[in-house]
Amino acid sequence: MDIGGINPVILVASLMVAAVPIMLAALGELVVEKSGVLNLGVEGMMIVGAICGFIAAVASGSPVVGFLAGALGGATLSLVFAFVTQVLLANQVATGLALTLFGLGLSSLMGQGYNGIKPPVTAKVPFGPLTDIPILGPIIFGHDWMVYASIALVALVWWVLRSTRLGLIVRAVGESHEAAHALGYKVNRIRLGCIAFGGAMAGLGGAYVSLVRVPQWVDGITAGAGWIALAIVVFASWRPWRVLIGAYLFGGITVLQLNLQAAGSGIPVEYLSMSPYLVTIVVLVIMSSGRGRSSLNAPASLGQNFHAAR
Amino acid sequence: MTRETLLSIKGISKSYPGVKANEDVSFDIGVGEVHALLGENGAGKSTLVKMIYGLVKPDEGTMTFRGRPFSPSEPSEARASGVAMVFQHFSLFEALNVAENVALGMENPPTMRELAARIRAVSEEYGLPLDPSRMVGDLSAGERQRVEIIRCLLQDPKLLIMDEPTSVLTPQEVEILFKTLRQLSAEGTAILYISHKLEEIRALCDGATILRRGKVVGTCVPRETTAREMAELMVGATLTPPERRAGSKGEVVLGVTDLSVASPIPFGTTLKNVSFTVARGEVLGIAGVAGNGQDELLLALSGELRVAPDKIRVCGHAAGDQGPSDRRRAGLVAAPEDRYGHAAAPDMSLVENALLTGAIRRNLTHKGFIDWAATRGFADEVIQTYDVRTPGNHVAARALSGGNLQKFLIGRELDQSPQVIVINQPTWGVDAAAAAAIRQAILNRAAEGAGVVVISQDLDELLEIADMFAVLNEGRLTRPRPVEGLTIDEIGLMMGGAHGMEVAHHAEA
Repeated sequence: MDIGGINPVILVASLMVAAVPIMLAALGELVVEKSGVLNLGVEGMMIVGAICGFIAAVASGSPVVGFLAGALGGATLSLVFAFVTQVLLANQVATGLALTLFGLGLSSLMGQGYNGIKPPVTAKVPFGPLTDIPILGPIIFGHDWMVYASIALVALVWWVLRSTRLGLIVRAVGESHEAAHALGYKVNRIRLGCIAFGGAMAGLGGAYVSLVRVPQWVDGITAGAGWIALAIVVFASWRPWRVLIGAYLFGGITVLQLNLQAAGSGIPVEYLSMSPYLVTIVVLVIMSSGRGRSSLNAPASLGQNFHAAR
Repeated sequence: MTRETLLSIKGISKSYPGVKANEDVSFDIGVGEVHALLGENGAGKSTLVKMIYGLVKPDEGTMTFRGRPFSPSEPSEARASGVAMVFQHFSLFEALNVAENVALGMENPPTMRELAARIRAVSEEYGLPLDPSRMVGDLSAGERQRVEIIRCLLQDPKLLIMDEPTSVLTPQEVEILFKTLRQLSAEGTAILYISHKLEEIRALCDGATILRRGKVVGTCVPRETTAREMAELMVGATLTPPERRAGSKGEVVLGVTDLSVASPIPFGTTLKNVSFTVARGEVLGIAGVAGNGQDELLLALSGELRVAPDKIRVCGHAAGDQGPSDRRRAGLVAAPEDRYGHAAAPDMSLVENALLTGAIRRNLTHKGFIDWAATRGFADEVIQTYDVRTPGNHVAARALSGGNLQKFLIGRELDQSPQVIVINQPTWGVDAAAAAAIRQAILNRAAEGAGVVVISQDLDELLEIADMFAVLNEGRLTRPRPVEGLTIDEIGLMMGGAHGMEVAHHAEA
């Protein structure tokens, strides 16, 4: 049952795969922003994670090693950001933008000679006969383990932020670093930890792009996914489950436009390709217009550096 | 009556680059004693208590707490020893609820459900009703303070430090706070009470240590000392209250009719049907606990928040839809409360800051070009007239102390020959001598025929300079009444009483 040349079951199944990288990166950035730091370097950390993961997976033959290396690569790059903004107290916006540019260049350098190589295949989770259930089978049981891991990570982040002391401290630091400092919490150290977590998640998302979604290495492979992840955090008004919804929404639009192109739709390709980014802009404008509840939910100290004066 | 010594401080000194915050400070606090630490802004009170609470390390000197040497390296260590602190600027998180806020200040908080039950129990025991699940951003200033106090009480402190606790409370709320503090003291908890409000200290405290420029300049038993004697010890000079020149009232220069406007500030207060008039030569004092619409009223009057034209009339002309520049042209100048960021551009020089609001009324620009010579002249004039202590007019606003910058900013507005002056918190954080100078300058302008609106949380200040008195309470303004003949009780009731707190203490008694 195809609609306009598109099979809805395959569409849903593939949007879940397409959503993984932006979901992981957005989830990491959500934690970073909850702690009061605005790291605009998500794109850079993603693409460094993509090439690190790709190299490690090709060298070792194991996608697991690849994903770990991707997370490590993203986290390492994020520590550069953490050092510059938390220790040297540089401007977060400028540093984040620089991080993206640096990451794009670095990944291109590291990726020399890796063009055209196939990475090892990431295994699907063997659900056995469950996979053969019509409609539900391919949608729910037909994916590789990273798809399920990403959903589990959303649940984990939600639970930690909501119910644990660690989460409470992270939220407190992002809400008012002055007050947190007065109570004796080490603001910059807590933020450093959050930035590293955000970097690891972005790296993981990047590795998923180069190992599963594409799967090969080309320059600029993340193609703006980091920026969409940043937008999703605002779209989700800093709530983990809404990150999941946002990621599926944007993943869906990406997949849909690809399918429309393949189905030979009458709309010019250029318009279809720009649609995810147009939707991002429209959604952000709608979300930020008016002093709705979403703007109130932003961490109050977001983007401000903290220096213990006296 | 002699008490067992709880905390003993000997020869504490602390220096920052260029400043000696504390020099050879020594005093003792007994078990269950309410001890006052008195001093002007910058006298070193806050630095001293931060050392007791482990936020700052002393350069020299020793402390003994319950007979043992005491040198906390961080607040959690001080808390574990039994020291708790209620901060001057609240250390609360607006987007978190009461229970979460309390949990953040504890070493080993119980589960949220258990904690909520304990918050309810303690708040009832001490007559401080509080709902653990409410968002702190929605609470009044008095309720926020209760959150801080309960956070401290849950840890069973031996010493409770309170940094200027009453500056945000209504008179009735102060009474209830004092009841709670006396109850604590009777149970054996010592209280270190920091304030510059002398009558309060006389009513509450058993002993007092007075600091000036980081040194102990005297100790006294507040009940046996007059407020005037303590004030002179604190300031180190004789104080003269501002004199009021009797001027006759002229025609109305500022009229506000039925002004209602939603707040642009998150967790702000909506103004509801605010009406008043100010005549030439008249000073209208607007009191109220912080967060009851003061900031919004200033925004609406200054023109940052626009309303329908006829809601606000300046010198007889409708001005509600005009922006700040048009209103300045019409003769209305405004000085907001927040000095670093709202009233001044902190990283710009005094000359540039003088230009920012003075350009229109002092004609400092010509055909789009800045007349720097005239601007420098204007800045120098303000610096000289208002005794602003600064190395020069090229200094960044941020580099000035709070009191000096306030003198500059108030002077900048007053020296533009205004018809209407609106000031929010003219002497917040300013020392007594500078505050007296600022109040005198405001009265002088009124005597010359300007209409003045002073919004302040300092009741004594308003009673000293205002002719008419009104209160902002939850965005509503009471009918202005002449200051003469008003009693503190009446003012307290105008301020909305104790926000439902009387009930709790009655139930307990």
